[in-house]
Amino acid sequence: MANTATMNNASAQEFYLTEEHHVENGTMLGFWLYLMSDCLIFACLFAMYGVLGANYAAGPSPKDLFDLELVALNTSMLLLSSITYGFAMLEMARKRKTATLMWLAITGCFGLAFLGIELYEFHHLIHEGAGPQRSAFLSAFFTLVGTHGLHVTFGCIWLVTLMVQLHKNGFTTVMRRRLNCLSLFWHFLDVVWIGVFTFVYLLGVLR
Amino acid sequence: MSAVSHNHDDLVHGHDDHGHGHDEGMPHVTFKGYMTGFILSVILTAIPFWLVMAKVIPDNKVTVAIVLGFAVIQVLVHMVYFLHLDTTSEGGWNMLALIFTAMLLVIMFAGSLWVMYHMNANMMPVSVEDMRNMP
Repeated sequence: MANTATMNNASAQEFYLTEEHHVENGTMLGFWLYLMSDCLIFACLFAMYGVLGANYAAGPSPKDLFDLELVALNTSMLLLSSITYGFAMLEMARKRKTATLMWLAITGCFGLAFLGIELYEFHHLIHEGAGPQRSAFLSAFFTLVGTHGLHVTFGCIWLVTLMVQLHKNGFTTVMRRRLNCLSLFWHFLDVVWIGVFTFVYLLGVLR
Repeated sequence: MSAVSHNHDDLVHGHDDHGHGHDEGMPHVTFKGYMTGFILSVILTAIPFWLVMAKVIPDNKVTVAIVLGFAVIQVLVHMVYFLHLDTTSEGGWNMLALIFTAMLLVIMFAGSLWVMYHMNANMMPVSVEDMRNMP
């Protein structure tokens, strides 16, 4: 109690500084919270797949359907797109616009390749009569993997939008923040894909 | 009380190191960090695929456990090297949100599987006799 007066004087400034730092940047934290809520959506879909994944309704099982070589190719596309986005971020730190745009374009190409392979797989499955209406397992599979694919699709649209904006505006603070948000989003999708290829494809074939 | 003020002091100084140099809140990215993450990810992806595709281990349960272990490690690698997550980013709020989400995720996922599998196990196969006598 005796040192309350001195404490007031001493801590007033520090307290002020701390508060000021906290309000400086809300966007990255807000975007992180969005990603966490997205994470919960995927958790629900994974839980659904876990519950329904063995209900084949006398239809095909994962072992009959999944082509792991195709999935490995798909995985490598997404992983490569992750590292090229990382290179774009490195070029952004050096403020080199053309190089950043180039790496972003390469990232977009890998993203589109991923989507192309996934659509080919879906088309193949549906063509074989293993569409989402065939069994509970396939409904859950198409919902989970399709939701991830939709996220990648919107990520690609977002990527192109930011490339156009970057080309127009250059490296403003706002642009850097937007590119950072997309970076989080893109890498987050790769994290979800780890769950998909492990839980759905690899464990599905082992079942 | 003095402990509190010390904490604030540390917080401010800790952030000064990499907070205000460039844009605030932006992660410090390095080529080495991304490459480490990438190479680790490639290894951690290739091994599970190889284990399953080449059927290296005859016992499926062992393979399942190893594959799941690799997935958990790879998620952590991505979190650290690609998402640049550490305990100091955003004053620890990122980490707090992540831990909360992970907790919800485990409860929901493990809970769903647990309950639903037990319900499955407790369902008696319905015989024709039972069906006739159904209310």
